Amino acid sequence: MSRISLYVMVAVFLIAGLSLTLYRHIELQVPWTPGETRQVWHVEGLVSFEAHGDPVKVSLALPDNPGGFRLLSEHTASPGYGLHYVDTEVGRRAEWTIRQATGRQQIYYSVQFLVDDGSQTRAATPALPDTVVWEHPLGTSAQQVIDAARERSADAFSFTRELARRFTDEPAGDENIRLLMSRFDTPELLVRLLHQAGIAARLEHGLILEDGRRRQVLEPWVGVFDGDQRLLLNPRTGKTGQPDNLLLWEAGGSPVLEVQGGTESRITYSMLRRDEPAAVAAQTDLEAGGVMGFSIHSLPLEEQALFKNILLIPIGALVVVILRVLVGIKTSGTFMPVLIALAFMQTTLLTGLIAFLLIVSTGLMIRSYLSHLNLLLVARVSAVIITVILIISAYSLLAYRLGFNEGLVITFFPMIILSWTIERMSILWEEEGAREVFIQGGGSLLTAVLAFLAMDHPVVQHLTFNFLGLQLILMALILLLGNYSGYRLLELRRFSPLGHSRD
Amino acid sequence: MLRLARQLRIRGVIGMNRRNIHYIGRYNDRRLYPLVDDKLKTKLLAQEHDIATLVLLGTIRSQFEVRHVTQLVSQQDGFVIKPAKGGGGKGILVVERQEPGAYIKPSGRIIHRDGLERHVSNILSGLYSLGGSPDAAIIEELILFDERFESYTHEGVPDIRVIVFRGYPVMAMMRLSTAASDGKANLHQGAVGVGLDIATGRAVGGVQFDRPVSRHPDTDCPLADLEVPQWEELLLQTAACYELTGLGYLGTDIVLDRRHGPMLLELNARPGLTIQIANGRGLREALDLIERQPAGAPAAERVAFSRRYLAAS
Repeated sequence: MSRISLYVMVAVFLIAGLSLTLYRHIELQVPWTPGETRQVWHVEGLVSFEAHGDPVKVSLALPDNPGGFRLLSEHTASPGYGLHYVDTEVGRRAEWTIRQATGRQQIYYSVQFLVDDGSQTRAATPALPDTVVWEHPLGTSAQQVIDAARERSADAFSFTRELARRFTDEPAGDENIRLLMSRFDTPELLVRLLHQAGIAARLEHGLILEDGRRRQVLEPWVGVFDGDQRLLLNPRTGKTGQPDNLLLWEAGGSPVLEVQGGTESRITYSMLRRDEPAAVAAQTDLEAGGVMGFSIHSLPLEEQALFKNILLIPIGALVVVILRVLVGIKTSGTFMPVLIALAFMQTTLLTGLIAFLLIVSTGLMIRSYLSHLNLLLVARVSAVIITVILIISAYSLLAYRLGFNEGLVITFFPMIILSWTIERMSILWEEEGAREVFIQGGGSLLTAVLAFLAMDHPVVQHLTFNFLGLQLILMALILLLGNYSGYRLLELRRFSPLGHSRD
Repeated sequence: MLRLARQLRIRGVIGMNRRNIHYIGRYNDRRLYPLVDDKLKTKLLAQEHDIATLVLLGTIRSQFEVRHVTQLVSQQDGFVIKPAKGGGGKGILVVERQEPGAYIKPSGRIIHRDGLERHVSNILSGLYSLGGSPDAAIIEELILFDERFESYTHEGVPDIRVIVFRGYPVMAMMRLSTAASDGKANLHQGAVGVGLDIATGRAVGGVQFDRPVSRHPDTDCPLADLEVPQWEELLLQTAACYELTGLGYLGTDIVLDRRHGPMLLELNARPGLTIQIANGRGLREALDLIERQPAGAPAAERVAFSRRYLAAS
């Protein structure tokens, strides 16, 4: 039966629309309301080195799914250099290459991150090295430190904490530790000791984000792994856990920056925090692609602005369907009110209403004269179109002369549609009288105003623009309404004599 | 409000949405619409099926023929010009009699030759047709309606609307023009609808502007005395319109001419619902009953069935 296939279709549209919408909300963090703001970090890394006229190859580790942040966009500025993004086993890298470079070289890499508590790093557990080689006296010291820490701990993480405590709390008090620290940096030493104890660990490089800081450098952190679990250790304080403002730039255990053909290479960072409206945050969301992330935001800005209006039309259509199917309001031209509502969005409601009434009433007067001329239909409507354009021009000029800049917005009205409206209303007037004109004209205006109020609402605009899935939900709703066979609200009044006649 | 909706549902009143989905959408094949939307086609088809229609004086199909309109009507005292594809009574011009150079409408207003030509020209350019498509003008003989209805009408011709569902006449109503409707028998323009008992053709109630009335507003005649003669013949004609068009949910408009008896005026694939108010009851019950009847019964049997089971009381 066709009814069943209709319901199946409605269900498919609803499920697809809802899941797309929920996906965008939950996975891509697009909020429901436009007012919410999101923290966006703009981080800029400056790679600088001295080149000596040789071919240069610069390889920089790039952040890859750092926990707590989501990458929005990235840009580089590196005049003259070729650029490739390389995906390696231990993370993404950017490679800049040039045949010949001399003197001080600067390469910029800037990236935007959205603060996203839900995003998890997916760093793989590193493999344990077969053996850890120590120089002669150090091996014994290391073993003693490990044994002492193991005695006072229960598992990998508590062992790590115990071990770190010895290096940060009282490093001078223990002879073994003093000896070890004289030969190694603490972070590297900790990783070696953990490996010696049979615990997977690696060096990671992170950036502490603070608003407005410049010339910051990456700091080493120690990632410790136990099965699926991961513990981040600050080797300077011995504290564990990842601070909220720590951006792990490189978490694969590979060098952050490698420069071939240059010397004195270094990378410094500057950063800026911005609280951007969530919609903007969603807009810069270029990386989140895929079918499920399908979004208008991947279009150029100009087309986006166009789509913003186009995507609102279904809302207007829904209002029209509701008013006609459920309420039973008569309008002149089925979707003419939606186009008028679109014009209202450009003009604001009050000026739009005044302008509409001015144009239509003047047009009706002139049209009534035209009807005496006995013209063919197409010629007459064309004459009305020109009349409408003249009226619009006249009012714009008049308003401008009088100092109302609002007068100019009158040009946003769809002139052809207005002309047909005038033509139809004029015929309606001749045939059925003024009463029917006011009923249909009033119905059209009421529908246009309601459609405008719905389409102009910031939440509605935000939702339709950011959730394409909503269109499918609207589709399902309209299909359902198209299947409504109950009474219209105004029919209750119409048929009320039948309801009461035998009471 | 909900109570009213429930009352109406119990009474079997159907609304526009239900009519559109369950009856028009289901029983009226869109392919067949042109047969009824084009009055000229309906007319030719009716002639093939021996259903009486008004005498055709001529048709005008192109602008250069417009000049000939006065020739076509010169032999005739009164005539009607209507668009072939018009809807809702739009564009129908009735001329009761003519004097040299002047055509007198039933209201007494006079239009001249240029007015007549302009009207035809408007019809051809699609001013009154559904969707504004180019149209043809039909010129028909004026109806001389049965004098028994004289006191029930203001200027215009009373016609009888019968809803025919799957070939069974289910509900009938006479439409009387009033001063408010400008002589037109169109309900939404203010004509009075009088519900007719399907069994007998006697009046059961009246309605104007969707509200019950018991007397004609202009002539003050009690509507309850109204009775349509030649009722069986009339119903047979409406029932035959099902075979004529193949449309399952059909509004047939019949006039009673004093010379020729019941004549088919036009057909409507989207008949209105005010007929329910005129009859004081909903269509649902009758439609449900007819829906359960097997297809294929001959017209006479269908009329007999309707007169027997769908009587007003």
